[in-house]
Amino acid sequence: MNIQNTEKTRKQNSSQKKILRDYLIFGAALAAGFILLIIFPEKKEAAAATAWSYFSEMMVILPAVMVIMGLFSVFISKEQVVKYLGKASGVKGPLLAIFFGALPTGPLYIAFPLASALIKKGARISNVVVFISAWACIKIPQELVELQFLGFKFMGTRLLLTIFFVILMGLLIEQLAFQKNKNRFTPDKEK
Amino acid sequence: MKSAVILINALAVVCLVFAFFKDREKTRRSIIVAARSFLRILPLVLMIIVMVGLFSSFIPPDKIKTFIGAQAGWSGILAIAALGAVLHIPALVSYPLAAALLQSGATIAPVAAFITTLTMVGIITLPLEIKELGIKLTLRNSLSFILAVIIALIMGMVL
Repeated sequence: MNIQNTEKTRKQNSSQKKILRDYLIFGAALAAGFILLIIFPEKKEAAAATAWSYFSEMMVILPAVMVIMGLFSVFISKEQVVKYLGKASGVKGPLLAIFFGALPTGPLYIAFPLASALIKKGARISNVVVFISAWACIKIPQELVELQFLGFKFMGTRLLLTIFFVILMGLLIEQLAFQKNKNRFTPDKEK
Repeated sequence: MKSAVILINALAVVCLVFAFFKDREKTRRSIIVAARSFLRILPLVLMIIVMVGLFSSFIPPDKIKTFIGAQAGWSGILAIAALGAVLHIPALVSYPLAAALLQSGATIAPVAAFITTLTMVGIITLPLEIKELGIKLTLRNSLSFILAVIIALIMGMVL
């Protein structure tokens, strides 16, 4: 218990340091911006107008994005993902993999141990690849922010192409790397 | 542009109400998580906004056009795709950046390549990925790079 607690506080400290560092970097960027604009005052208006329009666009969506991500990360447990995805097969496999990958449940490094658990449970390699890739690049709140800034055509086209190619890649990796020794991840069965 | 704002806020409210009726304690925790991640990403967002502001007023559009516009061609796309693969900035922050690039004369393909490799390929997370999943599954990263470029080229053609 004690060890866990110190581990936790250590992690919190390091993440607090990182946040502090990010704010300092932002402060530095802001200061550099002010100095530049003092040297070139004729640029001031355009720079401020652009920054303001992006700022207001961001602030009307960012809190909602964070709330959605927070809710999903707390409500959907890792066990549930492994349970549903581990036994998914056929056409349902890649679709569920994309669905669970796209749910806003946390950063990419959380997906690796999950994927590893899925492989141990006997999930298809292609589905696991699709799952990690979807986790990395098809997050629902991110798609909505993309919609906001880049428009429906851009976001929709990129989303469809990404889904298509990610599934293709899953099958390709399965064929390329795991065809010869399919039993690599289930050594118990080899006996 | 406005409909995205309504959509995402409505989604958040619906999820929040649903969650509240399902489990109050968990909802409370979710909001704390949300507030924390908001504070964590805020400096990055603000920094990108400051940079986009400066960038759009200081860098002339024809400079952008030579690097990642119609004149840039293949090498431009590959270079910016590589940049996206190496950088480790949150996707959320990359969209305003991408929008600013497009507005100042960049073409679709390089911008699409950048945001696609940014999320699809993770050089920073690579060691962890190899450790957890083995070198074979990590083929994903190199294949993803090629696919991201293909996706970007198709987007450049159809949009």
